[in-house]
Amino acid sequence: MTLQLPKSLKPNDPGVTLRGDGRESFAARNQPVHMSNEAAAAVESVSTPRRLAVDVRNVSLTFETSDGKVDALANVSLEIAEGEFVSFIGPSGCGKTTMLRLIADLQQPTSGTLLVNGMSAEQARLARRYGYVFQAPALFPWRTIEKNLKLPLEVMGFSDSEQNSRAARYLALVNLTGFERKFPWQLSGGMQQRVSIARALSFDPALLLMDEPFGALDEIVRDHLNEQLLQLWDKTGKTVLFVTHSIPEAVFLSTKIVVMSPRPGRIIDVIDCDFARDRTLEIRETPEFLKIAQRVRTGLRAGHSYDE
Amino acid sequence: MTSNALALPAPGAGALRRHPLVERYAPILTIVLALIAIWYVAALLMNLSLVRDGFEREEAPYTVSDLIEGTMSAERPLLPAPHQVIAAFADSVFGYAPTAPRSLVYHSAVTLSATLLGFALGALLGIALALMIVHSRVLEKSLLPWIICSQMVPILALAPIFVVVLGAMGLQGLLPKSIISAYLCFFPITIGMVKGFTAPDPMQLDLMRTWSATSRQVLAKLRWPSAVPYLFASLKVAISISLIGAIVAELPTGGEAGIGARLLAGSYYGQTIQIWSALLAAAILASGLIAVVDLAEKIVGLRMGARP
Repeated sequence: MTLQLPKSLKPNDPGVTLRGDGRESFAARNQPVHMSNEAAAAVESVSTPRRLAVDVRNVSLTFETSDGKVDALANVSLEIAEGEFVSFIGPSGCGKTTMLRLIADLQQPTSGTLLVNGMSAEQARLARRYGYVFQAPALFPWRTIEKNLKLPLEVMGFSDSEQNSRAARYLALVNLTGFERKFPWQLSGGMQQRVSIARALSFDPALLLMDEPFGALDEIVRDHLNEQLLQLWDKTGKTVLFVTHSIPEAVFLSTKIVVMSPRPGRIIDVIDCDFARDRTLEIRETPEFLKIAQRVRTGLRAGHSYDE
Repeated sequence: MTSNALALPAPGAGALRRHPLVERYAPILTIVLALIAIWYVAALLMNLSLVRDGFEREEAPYTVSDLIEGTMSAERPLLPAPHQVIAAFADSVFGYAPTAPRSLVYHSAVTLSATLLGFALGALLGIALALMIVHSRVLEKSLLPWIICSQMVPILALAPIFVVVLGAMGLQGLLPKSIISAYLCFFPITIGMVKGFTAPDPMQLDLMRTWSATSRQVLAKLRWPSAVPYLFASLKVAISISLIGAIVAELPTGGEAGIGARLLAGSYYGQTIQIWSALLAAAILASGLIAVVDLAEKIVGLRMGARP
């Protein structure tokens, strides 16, 4: 399997420089996403800095509930290089949304370290390094589409002219030019979710966190938005972390698939997906696609039987 | 109602029944007519012994029709008939210059000014308290019991104390009345706005956090707009309460002017018709004030993208 190199990785980037022994070359081949302990150890032995979008090390999160402790995440390690499209897949309660929320500093881990763009999650949030797309569009109903798009720009203090030009540019990016003065309720669910994606992109963060953004939409709209999202990712070169329940969606979109399992929330498999960046929906019929989907399904099933 | 019905274009009885104007106003008119009929019967019964005693005191012969006529036109009836109230109301509204002390317009204006000032003070106080309560749990715990207690003391007991204390401080006329009015009307606004400021969706709050918005920005761009529907609901309650507060405040102030003063003078001298016409003025004032708040709500709602 050849590794699809993100554009942002320069040829002399240490992330793709292999060292002598087999263990490390295994680590490098599987770069930049890791889960096994040996792999994590190997990564640590590579001392030169690497351009990592997200670096999760031994992170655990425990909730105190009325019937005792719940391990939302247990000792999870993961590395994601810039420019990747990484899907998190797993049953409810496996901690995939929690993972995203930790990276976004919406929740804090009980233990372990978490770096986003080389800084702590909180610093990254304060520096506005990521855009977050939730399960629901979460548009502000009293603002027009254009004003919704400008909201983060207002919060971040962009100038009026910059706000106007960005609103126009990002509405065009999600094919919603002409809807500036509409209110959210005048748009369909799919259009609203496109606005929320445009809003997350409007301040040009390097990292896009998406928590089941298309979960509430029907199959046809979903396929369409998946294609648009891929084009967008290809065009902008952003790092995308994408939570989903759907195996085909994960395989179609990703360069890496992280399979997770619940109780305690953990990573049980990381799968490379080497389709061309400008892939189309047709690849879903190819044997390679089905093989990867099969491996994801096996992983999910293994995680489930482990629980019983 | 018949003349109303005749003025409608639809000739057939069935079509008439379905006419939108009929559908809209027929139920209200029916109730109003029924109430007026009940009122007439009640006036007849309640004033009957009064009128009969009058005839017997003068030892004049009388017929049943004399009695009935007497109950409808007594000078100081127990319960004045509707037409007497309306005649007295019309006379005191249109019969005098608006600045004359016998004009109901003059008295209404005095009460209205105290109401509006009290409403403005109460709204400001109510919103300020709600902001403090939402801002800090300590303040919520320390303030809320007192706010609730404040509404348990009967205002009739408090009003004279306010008037005396404020009078001793050199405050007379409009301000003491407005303060009593504000004391009554801040409560629903505080309760409504606490609910409103905490109304935003957790997802919307998370979004603001991902953009690292300041708490002032969260207030201005999210909490405040979310609270607007709650604001208008509580303003509608508060404006009628502040009118009641202003009228109550006029009772112990000695009452040179105002609807409260008219009520007090009427009850001193047994002028029941004067009391009822003052009540009618208060009712019209209250409906007018609520209509104004309603209109403001509609205008704001349209600007904030409410569905028409």
